[in-house]
Order: sequence, then structure tokens, then C-alpha cells
Amino acid sequence: MKQIHLAAHFPGVNNTTVWSDPRAGSHIEFSSFAHFARTAERAKFDFLFLAEGLRLREQGGEIYDLDVVGRPDTFTVLTALAAVTERIGLTGTINSTFNEPYEVARQFASLDHLSAGRAAWNVVTSWDAFTGENFRRGGFLPQEERYSRAKEFLATATELFDSWHGDEIVADQESGIFLKDAQAGAFVHRGQHFDIAGRFNVPRSPQGRPVVFQAGDSDEGREFAASSADAIFSRHSTLEAGREFYTDVKRRLAHHGRTHDQLLILPAATFVLGDTDAEAQELAHEVRRQQVSGQTAIKYLEHVWNRDLSGYDPDGPLPDIDPDPGEHTIARGRASVRMFRDPVAVARQWRERAEAENLSIRDLVIETTGRQSFIGSPATVAETINTYVQTDAADGFILVPHITPSGLDDFADTVVPLLQERGVFRHDYTGTTLRDHLGLPHPDTRAEPEAEAQVRGLG
Amino acid sequence: MSAPSPLHLAVALDGTGWHPAAWREPGARPDDVFTAGYWAGLVAEAERGLLDFVTFEDAFGPQSSHVTEPDERTDQVRGRLDAVLIAARVAPLTRHIGLVPTVVATHTEPFHISKAIATLDYVSTGRAGLRVQVSARQNEAAHFGRRTFPSLRAEDRDTPAGRELIAELFEEAADHIEVVRRLWDSWEDDAEIRDVVTGRFVDRDKLHYIDFEGRHFSVKGPSITPRPPQGQPVVSALAHQSVPYQLVGRSADIGYVTPHDTDEARAVVAEIRAARADSGRAEEPLHIFGDLVVFLDDDPTAAADRKARLDGLAGYPYTSDAQIFTGTPGQLADLLLERRRAGLSGFRLRPGAIGHDLERITRGLVPELQRRGAFRHAYEADTLRGLLGLARPANRYAAV
Repeated sequence: MKQIHLAAHFPGVNNTTVWSDPRAGSHIEFSSFAHFARTAERAKFDFLFLAEGLRLREQGGEIYDLDVVGRPDTFTVLTALAAVTERIGLTGTINSTFNEPYEVARQFASLDHLSAGRAAWNVVTSWDAFTGENFRRGGFLPQEERYSRAKEFLATATELFDSWHGDEIVADQESGIFLKDAQAGAFVHRGQHFDIAGRFNVPRSPQGRPVVFQAGDSDEGREFAASSADAIFSRHSTLEAGREFYTDVKRRLAHHGRTHDQLLILPAATFVLGDTDAEAQELAHEVRRQQVSGQTAIKYLEHVWNRDLSGYDPDGPLPDIDPDPGEHTIARGRASVRMFRDPVAVARQWRERAEAENLSIRDLVIETTGRQSFIGSPATVAETINTYVQTDAADGFILVPHITPSGLDDFADTVVPLLQERGVFRHDYTGTTLRDHLGLPHPDTRAEPEAEAQVRGLG
Repeated sequence: MSAPSPLHLAVALDGTGWHPAAWREPGARPDDVFTAGYWAGLVAEAERGLLDFVTFEDAFGPQSSHVTEPDERTDQVRGRLDAVLIAARVAPLTRHIGLVPTVVATHTEPFHISKAIATLDYVSTGRAGLRVQVSARQNEAAHFGRRTFPSLRAEDRDTPAGRELIAELFEEAADHIEVVRRLWDSWEDDAEIRDVVTGRFVDRDKLHYIDFEGRHFSVKGPSITPRPPQGQPVVSALAHQSVPYQLVGRSADIGYVTPHDTDEARAVVAEIRAARADSGRAEEPLHIFGDLVVFLDDDPTAAADRKARLDGLAGYPYTSDAQIFTGTPGQLADLLLERRRAGLSGFRLRPGAIGHDLERITRGLVPELQRRGAFRHAYEADTLRGLLGLARPANRYAAV
């Protein structure tokens, strides 16, 4: 039986986070993050995950105000969480476009040291000038270069992580030798995006390098993950779509000289628990109505129509006008907008579906934005998760509760024990590092510096 | 004459101490420098001593025995962890002491720094600051590959090329601080409204674009992180000459200076106060802290001998930009109280060997100052601003 991997995503800037619920707490105060992390650790989850944002989202030229707005700095919160937890992995999204490899490699290596081996990096890319307006380099990156820069960024950071082999620090007070190698950390990287050389100043960290995660469904994204990532985040809402994705991505590993178990597939999933399945379904319906208010539905529709639809009734039919094909997108700072590559076709499909199923605007948005969800009694949810994993639709899930910070509590108390009873989830951590939890090997450093190898090859 | 206000005391943490051979002292724990426990222990000791704050040194390259260039020594501590993250790691383990990491303005994005320090303020519930530093080192610039600097030896600093580079780096640092401060203010304190009736989480009229346009940065804003608990965490900088004095006068809440006697201290304080006045901020409080490297023992000869022994291990006499003090806690208390009369409101002590000298500060100097009525007996505030007597600043964007 496959062992299930479970992780938790601290909910944040999206409409699935129900901030209006009386149980909802702060999304900024450290006590919220500490509660969430401790719950996930109590449940023996592999890791917790924080997303990142580098510009407040806008719609129609104004800051978008219907969802949670604002979040803390990823590195700073994750490192502080290392102080209030002992085992759980600490995963953060860090953009490779508006950062430099030396700085990010230092931060991840530092996080790995300061957490005794629990750091993970979700590598994402961006290219938009909108976000670039907050940075000194601006929005310089042509879209077609996003994966090329991301790949080179990750490769460069890996060279920096590997520039220390792990045995350089002697610290012998008697003989006075601190370093056994005067060139510890030496690196040279000459590439298309980065031309840097010198010495990396963080010694090799407990995991060698942080675990690397990647998100992205495009062909390029899948290839990037298959070549370089330890785990991939995906969003596939059905068992069939999940299996298809799983098969496709795992198949790609061989092309990169990697084995089937070197890349974990972890879809994001929401959940709603009830005492009975019927009760959970009822609750889920209420949650969806909270997540998708009439205003939210109209705003979501505007992403496709690319025009102001505030005059429309969310409980009425979809607009019969066509989307505005203009270059200017009405919503900025949102990843999801890029999903609608052919807005006219999407609008037609949605209208057809709404007419056939008699759906209002709000109903339709609820139907189309539902993410992978586990809804039911704890027994049903445990069974469903196990089925997905045992039938190779996933290796585990990243759970995204809709309430902060207590949304994970019931899952930890009710579903996790059932998975443990089935023998498909750990009763306790067996290792101390995130690599241990994920069953990933410890990375080898280069046996010898590349330059030396070349010299010997020539000799 | 009213009693002078109590002294403020900070400790500058760097590796195993400021002397390059400090790691060879008994109790130095050189194996632990890259662990969280090491830093947590040091900061806990500083907090036991009721110090105002600790600073954490940092740089984007290995330590070096040269001022401007890397070296290849293997007999000194090399390598360090990111200072902001060390501060974040110890924040939940402490309650009162301020946490002031070093940030290099030359190679970082103010947008990232602003949210990182704001977040440090959240995780420490109001105890964050930062110490802004510039870097003219060629080898560190080569780690980023974005710009190159002319070769500059320490003695070249007063040449036209040297002056030009230093002026540029400090101008950039001033802009960096300005952007960081505007971003902290880019959210009004009550911007989050959670208005269920209208469905609005924030009042967007209380979020502000900062629209900073300068030679080095153009930053739109607002921050992604709401205004931190202190409103503005405490900004500090070390300064040795006129250009950095201008930066302190114009942009900082605390300046660290390195006079070697009381007259020099008086002159430096006057120059910084004049810079403050020139920038139109004469009324805004500014702390000027004296930096000192300290070797403390109960017997003054023992302290001097210890420094000499470490010099022998290093193979050269250790020198510093700051005055190096060897002596007893009582003698140091005398010196600090004398120097305070020159207008210094506090001191940042750099322990020569942390394993030895940190405890001599917290358990020797502090009780001595307390006996003389010059230092607190208990923490009187929960925020760093509170400890320093700095008010929480009004938000520049808030409608009056």
C-alpha cells in the first residue's frame, strides 16, 4: 500500500478563504501561522506551504477588495515557524523573476540551517510588467524567457548550494584550522541570464539543498518539473484527469534520467467535513455560497468578458454580449486570468452550459470554479483520499482549508486517525528532515569540481 | 540639574565575536554558529541583561581580513546565515529585546526588505529594526552580476573616484530607506475592515501607491504586507564620515558612530545633529550610539592579556574602526558615562569574544550601570520603539 503524503496550505489571497466567517482569524498575525503549523505538525503532515504575492491584485483599475488582501513575507514567517515547530517541512513560493540567485540561495540555505533540514522551495516564474513595477529591474522579462530564466535560476542556485560539500568546516580550536578548504563555496556561472562568480557564504545545509517544488500545468511546466523538481503541485478535479496528469508527468521522468519515485505529485484540494455525508454536502453548499458572493461572481465573469459587468444581476442569466478582445486585461496580478486563452469560446461554452442546466451567473461560477474537493464524513473523505493515492491519481494532497487558522483542526482530529488505522499514513515522523518525510534521497554534491574534472578529461 | 536619561545598550552579534581569533576561546562554540540554538542562546542572554536590542551582522560574501577584498585564510570563521532570518528564528523565543538585522541596500530590493522587516515586526510583535549597510566590494557585486565597481582600496576612499562611489552608494541607500518607509506606510493602520455587509475585506482608499521615482529605484506599491505593529520599525546605520553622517541625519532613527574619545564624540554628534536639522527633521528624535569593541574581565590586565593572546593566535594585532576597550565592567561604565556627556544616548558593544564578553556585559556591566542609576532594572515596554522612547509615527498617507 502506498503511503499518503499530506501537506497544508495556509489559506490566503483568494476567494476560497472565507474571511467573513465568525471563526476566521487574522491572516497576518504570527499566532495564526503558529496555530496552523502546530496543527499540521500534530497531524504529522509532511509540510506546510505558503504562497507569495508581489503586487496587490487590481480589477478595473482599482485594488481588488473582496478577498483577503495582504500577506507576510514568506521567508520571514517560515523561519519564525521553525521556532515553534520541530519536524514539519516549511515550504515557500519564491519568484525567480524578481530575485537574484545568490540572495535566494542564501535565504533557503539559511532557512534549512535554522530549521535543521526542513526547507522547501516552490519555484515560480513571472514576467508581467505589472508586478515588475515594484522592483528595480522592472518588467523586463519577455514572456518566452520565463522558463528559461527559471531553469537557469534554479540551476544556478543549485550550483551555489553544491559549492560547499559539507565537510569543509573543521573548527579545530587547538590547531586553529576553521576551514579545511580556502576555496569553500567557490563558484563560476556563466549563462544567458546570470553571469556570476565568487564564493557562496553559507555552508552546506542539513538537507544539502532545499526540496524543490514546482507548479504549472503547461507542457513546459511539466517538463521543468520532470527535469528538476522533487514534487509538483497540480490542480485536477477528477480522478480521471488526475490519473492522466500523473501518468504523463511520471512518464516524462525517464527522459531526464530519473526514476518514478523521484517526483511526487501533490494536487491541491479543499475539503468540507460533516458528521454525515449529507450534512457535509449541505455545509459545502453553504461554504460555496460564502466563497462566491454575487459580487465575486460578477468580478470573476469579468475576467473572461474583459469588461465591466457590474450592471448584471448575479442571479440572472449570463451576458449575451461577447467578451472585449482588447489587449488590456481588466484584472491584473491574477494567475488564473491566463487560463482563458480564447475568451470568446469560453463565453460561448459557459452560456451554453448555463442555458442547458438553467444556471444563474453565480451558479455557473460556483460550478466552474470548484476545485478538487473532498466532501463528506471523515470516513468518506479518508476513503476518497486513499482511493486517489492507491489508484495513482496522486501521491498525496495539499489541503487548503477555507477558514484561517483553525480550518485544519477537524481534519487532524478526525480524518488523520482513520488514515493511520488503514496503515496508509504515518503515526509519527520517522525522520527529522523534509526529505525524510517525503522519502527523497539526500542529494550528492559533485564528487569533484567541474573544472578539475575537465582538466583530467583532457589529460 | 535633572538626572540624565538612562543609557541605552545594544550588543552587536557577529559569529563568535569581533576578534578574528575569538572562535578559539574556550566557550566559543564555533561548531554551533550555523545552528538556531546558538543564536537563540545569545539573544536570550542579551535579553536576561535587559539590553535594548541586538544587531546581527551580514554581508553577501565571506568574511575577510582585508577591508575591501576577499582573502583565502582558513584560520578564521568564514560563512554566515542571513541576518533577517536569524532574527526571525529567535523572535518567537524572546519577549522584550529588539531585533535588528543588517540589510545590504546595494544589492537588495526595497520591496522585499520592506515586507521582510514588516514581517519581522509581526513575528516579534513590535520589536523589529534594521541596520542599513552599503557594499562597495567588487567580489560581492560579482555575486550579483548586475553592476561593477572600481577597485577601491581602503586608502583610495578619499580620491575623487572613491568619493564618487561612496556618494552614489549612500544616495542609493537613502532612496532604499525612503522606499522601505513609504511601503510601511502604504497601508493605513485601519485599512482592513472586513465589512460583511458590503463584502469588502479592505477599504481600498486606505491603501496607497507610493509612486517612488528615483535614480536607482522606481517602486509603485502598495506593500503586500500591512503596516507593521510599530508603524515604522527602527532604522539604523553605522557611519564613519560625512556622507554617511548625512544619511543618518536624514534617514535614520539610530546612528552608530565610532569616536575614540569624548571630544571626537562631541564633534560627530554635532555634525549629525546639523545634518538632521538641514534635512528639516530637527524635532524628530534621533539616537546616536557609540560603538565599542569590548574585552571585559574583572582584572584589567586579564582583559588586555586576553586580547593579546587572541592577537597572537590571529598572527596580527586586531584593529577596528571602533575604539577597542580592554578592562573591567566598572571601567567601561566610567567610560560610557563620560562619553554620554558628549551627547551619545547609547552604546552598541561589540563583544571581542562572544562566549566570554557577552556575559561580562549582561552580568557585569549591566549591574554596574544599574548601581549607578544609569540603566533599567526591568523592561518598561514591549516594543523596540517603546524601549528607545520613540513614539509610534503617524502614517504619512493618512488623511488628517
